Amino acid sequence: MLHRFRKQNAMPVQECPSCAHPAQGGNGEDQTLTKVANGCRCRIRRHRAHGAIRQRLLDLGFVPNAEIEMIRCATLGDPLELRVGDYYVTLRKREADLIDVRAA
Amino acid sequence: MSPAKKNIMIGLAGQQNAGKSTIFNMLTGANQHIANYPGVTVDKKAGNYHDELGRVEVVDLPGTYSLTSFSLEERVARDFLLRERPDAILNVIDASSLRRGLYFTFQILEMSFPVVMALNMVDVAEAQGRKIDHEKLGRLLGIEVVPTVGRKGRGKQELRPALRRAAREERGEDEGFQDQHGLRINYEELEEHIAAVHEQLLESENLVKAVPLRWMAVKLLEGDSEALKLLRRHHAQADAVMDAVSAATAAFQGKMDITPADYIVTCRDRLAASLVEQCVEVTKADTVRFSEKIDRVLLHRAFAPIFLVLTVYLIYELSIVQGYKLTFLTWPALAWVRTFVAGLLPDPGLLHDTILRSMSLWMVDSVNTLLNYVPIFLILFALIAILEDSGYMARIAFILDRVFQSFGLHGQSTLPFILGGVFTGGCAVPGIMATKGIPDERSRLATILTVPYMNCLAKIPLYTLLVSIYFAAYKSYLMLFISTITIIMAMIIAKLLTSTILRGRETAPFVMEMPNYHMPTLMGVLRRAVDRTWVYIKKVGTIVVAVAVVVYVLLQFPGLPTERMAYFDGRMDEAIATFRENIQETPYAEILSDDQAVLNLLNIANTYREAKLAASTQEASSAVDDRYEALHPEIFPLLRPRDADARTISRHLRGLSTERSNLRTAIREETIVYSYFGTMGRALEPVTQYAGFDWKINVALISSFAARESSVATLGVLFQEGADESLSLEERMERSGEATGFTPLHAFALILFFALYPPCLATTIMVKVQTGSYKWMLFSIIFPTVFGLAVASGVFTISTWLGLSGIQAMVGFYFLALGTAIGLSFLPDPAWKKPATPFPHAPKEA
Repeated sequence: MLHRFRKQNAMPVQECPSCAHPAQGGNGEDQTLTKVANGCRCRIRRHRAHGAIRQRLLDLGFVPNAEIEMIRCATLGDPLELRVGDYYVTLRKREADLIDVRAA
Repeated sequence: MSPAKKNIMIGLAGQQNAGKSTIFNMLTGANQHIANYPGVTVDKKAGNYHDELGRVEVVDLPGTYSLTSFSLEERVARDFLLRERPDAILNVIDASSLRRGLYFTFQILEMSFPVVMALNMVDVAEAQGRKIDHEKLGRLLGIEVVPTVGRKGRGKQELRPALRRAAREERGEDEGFQDQHGLRINYEELEEHIAAVHEQLLESENLVKAVPLRWMAVKLLEGDSEALKLLRRHHAQADAVMDAVSAATAAFQGKMDITPADYIVTCRDRLAASLVEQCVEVTKADTVRFSEKIDRVLLHRAFAPIFLVLTVYLIYELSIVQGYKLTFLTWPALAWVRTFVAGLLPDPGLLHDTILRSMSLWMVDSVNTLLNYVPIFLILFALIAILEDSGYMARIAFILDRVFQSFGLHGQSTLPFILGGVFTGGCAVPGIMATKGIPDERSRLATILTVPYMNCLAKIPLYTLLVSIYFAAYKSYLMLFISTITIIMAMIIAKLLTSTILRGRETAPFVMEMPNYHMPTLMGVLRRAVDRTWVYIKKVGTIVVAVAVVVYVLLQFPGLPTERMAYFDGRMDEAIATFRENIQETPYAEILSDDQAVLNLLNIANTYREAKLAASTQEASSAVDDRYEALHPEIFPLLRPRDADARTISRHLRGLSTERSNLRTAIREETIVYSYFGTMGRALEPVTQYAGFDWKINVALISSFAARESSVATLGVLFQEGADESLSLEERMERSGEATGFTPLHAFALILFFALYPPCLATTIMVKVQTGSYKWMLFSIIFPTVFGLAVASGVFTISTWLGLSGIQAMVGFYFLALGTAIGLSFLPDPAWKKPATPFPHAPKEA
């Protein structure tokens, strides 16, 4: 536990200032992808989606353990733009809500 | 080793947009045929070619992201592979998204098919800074990898022998699947469970023949429902196997804290990542970062809408405003064609032309009206191609998705709407064609059915006509109204459709890759602009011409009753008699003694007048004089009278000419009254009167179903009175409107109906092509007619009752529609409420 906490603090703060904010849940606990703030990185823990949606997400690289970076949201707050590996993908909040992540 | 099979079958498989079709065309050329897969309406495209050894049949499988069982296409592709067992699979992969493409390759390898990989669009990948070592990739995968550029036909020579080599091993009909070809994916911690399930599967002889067992074992552990069905069909102890699978799943999840399904994709992803790392050399790392920098500005939360509006305005300005100016340059060419054709045809008769002449000119006019838009389309489609190729189109979808989403549509509906003419005027035919890329079935259908509501270019002449007659003072308001009401109504209809009849359709999440910004190439943009314009021209060449003939017949036949005909002939004879009487005294009376000579003189005088009008310079004008003098020396003095006698004749000739064209007009009008369309239009009057349409409007609307352009053309014919006093159609309609009581409110109801009017014939045919069903085609005709008439009637009747003027009715209706749209956007989407249905054998939570 302590070990995990220390690791979290060691993260370069300038890269993602909002992750340090307690409201963002940046303490290594699972949260949904929607809650990740802009500029923050996280790792996919599991999908709560099933069937076709899950498959589509997997096809586009949202596989467990993949590193995801939240880039921005559109003007009206939805959809989101994320970085998966070396490419950028858009996702609606409805689907992002079905993905559990942990801050990387 | 058995000798190579002479005739082989190749399955062409790959993900969407990997360029499968271009590879297919490259391999098979023109030898293609399309059928349906047994039992489903999914296109099965097959083609063949011959090499030294024999015939090679290539079957194009539906483009899918993977080989699971979640969509119809995936199931079809998979059933085909299992049932038909092609001798080899040609796996087409987009080289610029290799990593995700590999997921698919792994799945085919796992089904133990011999595979050849076509690493397509290597040029694009290289331009983006990714150099792929295809030989190394082939070595690691254990298959042949051929770099290709489908568009340029590169790789064809290498692919054919590679396919032969892969298909070399012959397999008996009843034999099971051969052991693994190529790379075997290592599922590490899961391997022991896979092996255990594999053992159990081996017990069933049927299953051994039917499916590749390792693949089956993996699928069962993944919880794939179709695999379970296969198991039940072929394996006697299916339940025992399933118990073992469930136990293995639970044990694995307990140990690893991850479902086997997730673990399997993680393994595949890790493998794909390591292959990419080993084989791809990144030469330009900064394109990604560069794109992201641009997006920080263009997709900035506050500025994004501003850039979007600017882009839209630029498209409007360049294509519609400037393109329209271009048509002033191209129109003379089209007019010249008409004159040329008219010159080839038999001369006009006194009152009646031959069918050959009138029908040919009718067709030339119909085609010309459509071809007139070609410059606008070229510019519009080129600009849209720039948007697509540069990558900004995807950003537009990103910005607007939230709006579309509220109405059951999809961010990717943007392109079809833009092509259809959401703000500028476009054409629904390419618009509907562009819906092919929308992954969400429900949104796709809703988009297909609402694209025709956009402002197709051909609707604009009628709008312009009505607005300039009845709303001259409010011109800009009306234009703003027209361009925004269409999108508002389309959204309302999309919402209605998606929450009622389309409710049960499959939906898909808006998951879209955001492409890097990319400098569009001149050739790429030109090709796409020309291709799309060509689709439009083909429409002109085929459907519109065919329909023009039908409309012509329906407008001209059965023709005038004999007694009316005799009446008009009598009046013409009278006029000629008067003319003769008047010119008796002149020396020219002799040469004009027979009727044919008078007719000749009339026709020549007409063409002479036209030629003089067309001559823009003094020299051209005297050239015309010289030409006519040389052609018709004996009557030229009458065309350009210099003495008193000639002047007398000329004056009376003008009178005769006016009388003739008046009679011709009267005949034309009465012909339409008596025509089939006229009868139909009058028959509809009792229904359409609530919308304020009289039979003339009805006729125009009916004929515009063929092609929108004809509405104005038909109105032009219907409002003939005054045409020969060179009054414009506007003035003529205004004049006859005063007589019949056609008010701005009538005009408004007409505009409204026209905005909601069913798609033209060409578009409905496109609807059939894209939905694959006549049911939707019929729906796309009937629903808008009923809906449009209901709205127009409602607005007209209520406004009449309230005593509103046209402009008041417009404002009232606008806010009502806007309010409805906003209200509907808050209605929850039926697909949202439905809980995500877990697939049948979802492993229970540990």
